[in-house]
Amino acid sequence: MAEKLSLDDTCGEVLGSSNSPLHGDPVYCPPMPWFGMDIGGTLTKLVYFEPQDISEHEEQQEVETLKTIRKYLTGNVAYGKTGIRDVHLEMKNQVIGGRLGSLHFIRFPTYEMPAFVELAKSKNFSSLSDTICATGGGAFKFEEDFKREVKLELHKIDELDCLIKGIHYIDRYNPFECYYWKTPNEPEKCEKVPFDFRNPYPYLVVNIGSGVSILAVNSPEDYKRVSGTSLGGGTFLGLCCLLTGCETFEEAIGLASQGDSTRVDKLVKDIYGGDYEKFGLKGDAVASSFGYMNLKEKRENVSKADLAKATLVTITNNIGSLARMCAVTQGIERVVFVGNFLRVNTISMKLLAYAMEFWSKGAMKALFLEHEGYFGAMGCLQELMKMEHHHTVEENAVNSPAQERDLQQVPSTSSVP
Amino acid sequence: MSDTHQEGNANEEVESAAGYSTSIELPSAQVFRNLKNANRFAIDIGGSLAKLAYSSTFQRKTALVSDDVNKNTTSGHIYEISETEETGNRLHFIKFETKFIETCLDFICQNLVDDVNHYGALKEKHVKTTGGGAYKYKDLTVRTQIDKEDEIDLPNQGCNFLLKNIPDEVFLYDRHDTPQYKFQGVEHDIFPYLLVNIGSGVSIIKVEAENQFERIGGTSTGGGTFWGLGSLLTGAKDFDELLELAESGDHRSVDMLVKDIYGGAYTCVGLPGEVIASSFGKAARSCTHQNNHNSKEADCAKSLLLSISNDIGQISCLHAKLHNLKKIYFGGFFIRGHPMTMHTITYAINYWSKGDIQALFLRHEGYLGAIGAFLKGAEEEDGGLYSWGENYAGSSGLQSPQGSAFQFKTRSSTFDMLELDKLSKPLICCPLLLDPASYIPDTVDLTHDREAREYWLQCFSESIERTRCQAVSSQPNSDDVEQRASKFKEKYLSRLQDLKQNPCAYGTLTVRSLLDMVNHCLQEFNFTDPYLQQKQFENDQALKCLPDLLRQHCEMTFEQRQFAISKGLLAGNVFDWGAQEVVQILSENKEFGFLEAQDKLQGRPWLFDDYDHWYERVSQGPPHKCAAIFCDNSGADIILGVMPFTVDLLQRGTQVILCANSRPTLNDVTFTELLILVKRVAAVSDVIRTALDQGHLKVMESGQGSPCLDLRLTDHELVQMMRRQGTDLIVIVGMGRAVHTNCHAAFACDALKVAVLKNRWLANRLGGNMFDVMFKFERSRKVAASAGR
Repeated sequence: MAEKLSLDDTCGEVLGSSNSPLHGDPVYCPPMPWFGMDIGGTLTKLVYFEPQDISEHEEQQEVETLKTIRKYLTGNVAYGKTGIRDVHLEMKNQVIGGRLGSLHFIRFPTYEMPAFVELAKSKNFSSLSDTICATGGGAFKFEEDFKREVKLELHKIDELDCLIKGIHYIDRYNPFECYYWKTPNEPEKCEKVPFDFRNPYPYLVVNIGSGVSILAVNSPEDYKRVSGTSLGGGTFLGLCCLLTGCETFEEAIGLASQGDSTRVDKLVKDIYGGDYEKFGLKGDAVASSFGYMNLKEKRENVSKADLAKATLVTITNNIGSLARMCAVTQGIERVVFVGNFLRVNTISMKLLAYAMEFWSKGAMKALFLEHEGYFGAMGCLQELMKMEHHHTVEENAVNSPAQERDLQQVPSTSSVP
Repeated sequence: MSDTHQEGNANEEVESAAGYSTSIELPSAQVFRNLKNANRFAIDIGGSLAKLAYSSTFQRKTALVSDDVNKNTTSGHIYEISETEETGNRLHFIKFETKFIETCLDFICQNLVDDVNHYGALKEKHVKTTGGGAYKYKDLTVRTQIDKEDEIDLPNQGCNFLLKNIPDEVFLYDRHDTPQYKFQGVEHDIFPYLLVNIGSGVSIIKVEAENQFERIGGTSTGGGTFWGLGSLLTGAKDFDELLELAESGDHRSVDMLVKDIYGGAYTCVGLPGEVIASSFGKAARSCTHQNNHNSKEADCAKSLLLSISNDIGQISCLHAKLHNLKKIYFGGFFIRGHPMTMHTITYAINYWSKGDIQALFLRHEGYLGAIGAFLKGAEEEDGGLYSWGENYAGSSGLQSPQGSAFQFKTRSSTFDMLELDKLSKPLICCPLLLDPASYIPDTVDLTHDREAREYWLQCFSESIERTRCQAVSSQPNSDDVEQRASKFKEKYLSRLQDLKQNPCAYGTLTVRSLLDMVNHCLQEFNFTDPYLQQKQFENDQALKCLPDLLRQHCEMTFEQRQFAISKGLLAGNVFDWGAQEVVQILSENKEFGFLEAQDKLQGRPWLFDDYDHWYERVSQGPPHKCAAIFCDNSGADIILGVMPFTVDLLQRGTQVILCANSRPTLNDVTFTELLILVKRVAAVSDVIRTALDQGHLKVMESGQGSPCLDLRLTDHELVQMMRRQGTDLIVIVGMGRAVHTNCHAAFACDALKVAVLKNRWLANRLGGNMFDVMFKFERSRKVAASAGR
């Protein structure tokens, strides 16, 4: 990589440090397992901390249920037909709640939530803990289901809070988390370049899930949702399913990568025969998305891939345009795009990178983060670790090493308000 | 979808694939009017709609009043009348489906003056073309040698033109209000504004002055996206069918709402449960485990319309905020007056600006490009040298917002028209108004007042037969007079029918607009001045009585005279051929004269009685510097009512500007008639003669051609005169000018509003009876306002 920056040093430093509430600051910990869950409109994201400093004694003490869960999650990369662990995102050697271990990143479609509830019930999850932390809309929507079926309180955590905390945590402890695309409009030269995000304020977060939320962040505590749009990842996938008959996001992206949107869209040059210099519009800029598709002869000559590509370009450009306007309105130059829409989606990232640079005449930068859609879940896990656990389930406490540890620490934390 | 439907669809596509439809029958001459005299053309060829603009001259009958009575000594009239032809100028704008373009161009070429070399004829007419479609139809445009105009700067020129010239062009839309349209009247300061032109793509233009504008942004997600994606997702065969589908769909089966994700509202961010979180989010297969794929076409169409409208609204709002603009006008083919589209855009703008920015729509939004293209190189048409007025007879109104799908359909296949008539001079706002920005001429908004609307629509449809007869009798020597008069009646009744369906079709519905519409329809069939002879007769009669009357006034005490003059002003106003019940009396009793009229009047106290107040001002205050009197009827009204009043003002040292209509309507005295009448009166009144000689009495034209008075549109020379003379008293005479309009108008100078209520329903409504009197004297509010602070 061309610009190495000093990220290596940085990471070495922070990993070893213990100023973080999570890193090496063993305080008042909740019973294991430690999860953060972000239940979105389309995808549910899980961040699971797997302790790796388990002593033999501890392992023997570990209740069967907990062990089952740990082995199940870490022993597989796929769960059922739809659950997936993003192995490449795994963060090793993390110190959380005083424990050393790995962070695992898992996702499954939100429509599988009933199955997840069923799983939690069958694994007797409530014997381990009476509370789990969740964020995202589903934390509200499925609260009752968890209470009724699993006897679990869903502790609902603010979504935006989680997102920001998650971004800051992961960026700090994962080397090369933040990057940008260099020369995004020249395919042969275009490359990912790390970006030093240590002093990012103010910045804009554009979280592209099913819909889009846009947040302006001035400091770790000072942020607000400034805008959003319903034209997001859900729109891309929904339209692609309707237009091409595809079934999954991966399929839709795969189609799009083979397509040519200029057979679907009307370009500036299609109308003006070239650039429209008077207004600084390039000839190959899209004048009207899907602008040719009202014509039957044009409809007959496009492929599914072309349609998928046009859908992707339309949604991406629209998000880019809104993001840029918001950035200008807020006087912000760094725009961070996150969310699962960007997963395996370099087409969109490069488009966003190019659009931000072109329209701002180089003043603005589109930034991306490796853990795309997992920040909410990560932030949620952080919140879990900060929670006070009054509702410790007594009968399990003796059986849980974590619980024991927790209990041991009660005196030291009781003075902490 | 039925088989037959699909078949129709296929045929349609074959036609468009082959180029253009040629198999339609055009309502030809009805639509492309005055082609023989057309001289400049512009064509805006859009993907779905084409707009044609041309200017034409036309001959119309006009009344000529002549001072020269010696020529025909046998007549005995105080002036001569004759009919003559004059040349009028008109702008025509026609909107039709693009597939008819070739047929239309053919028709036009065949009907131009010189139809010898066909398309060559168009070439000589300086045709401009614009629009994305112009490229597609380039073989046509090559044949016709059309200049291709730059597209993006045209809509704002068109928009400026409409904003400047058409009252009530602009409206706010509120789906939950009745009526849903809130018209914005006449805008005097139109700049700066943001114009969002939604064609196949969207252009966002900041307009700061007439020729100062900048494209500050845009988006490719526009009308073409709606149409294109809509065509892929549904079987709709054209744009309007797609809108129709959207109207019937339910987006909630396709869109992921906030409550689908949260189970309810997302309260901490303030998002209600019904808000769309992800457009088409439910259409993703992986979103719903089961194959829940029965989302109907209509639902998709609705989701599409909502998402695109909302997106455009949001982006526009961001731009407006960034440039600190409070007004956003939306134009282009996408909106086409569609209620759901306007509602969604309005909602988005309100939501994102927290009500700080207004989403404004235009009645003629589809014509922006065509008007802009037409105006290119035609600066003389737009140079501020004169004004243009919407011709109600030649223009189609807005369609009803409650329009059923059926209406939508029939509407889209017809030809939409807008005609503007050239008005002689620039019309500007009267300087005597206290607050021009808040001034609304009309007393009652019939779009709001259902009871009044129903009464007046009924009243006008009942009186139309009498108007027809008057029209017939005014042109005894014309062969086709009966035919034309019947057509007039038919046209007016059909316009009333339109207004019954959608009272907002031509802007705010008022008694004024209903009266103007009668006028436009009469002119349409060459009845320019049906009361010409009537006015002449009454002027003759009244003038005979004037010397006696003036003598009587001379013999009175000051107090007697003041009252007699005021009463005379009222008695004269009884003679009004615009009032049904008066017409009844006058036609049954030929002897009904000025004295009889005085007897009809209500005794004091009058219904609105500020006489004592007026008398106090006249007897004790210093004389007014200059009075502007807006005159009403011919005959007794002007000669026996207004003239003695004028004489008195002049005698007391007040200069007088007599303001008369520029164009004839009913029996209202016109400027040209008044010029002669004043001369005749000068012959019998020394005061008048001296004042004329010394320039203390002036006759000016008001710029109006209506029985009502819209002071937003006053002749600019009159405005200058009012300013120069320091006009400090405005006198408004008659029902149309002082009751139907200006009743509540506040002036920066003293105002006298005088009228006799000659409509029983209206009189009752105001708590009075037939022939009750309005005599309102209002002191200058300017003083009061500043004193109050």
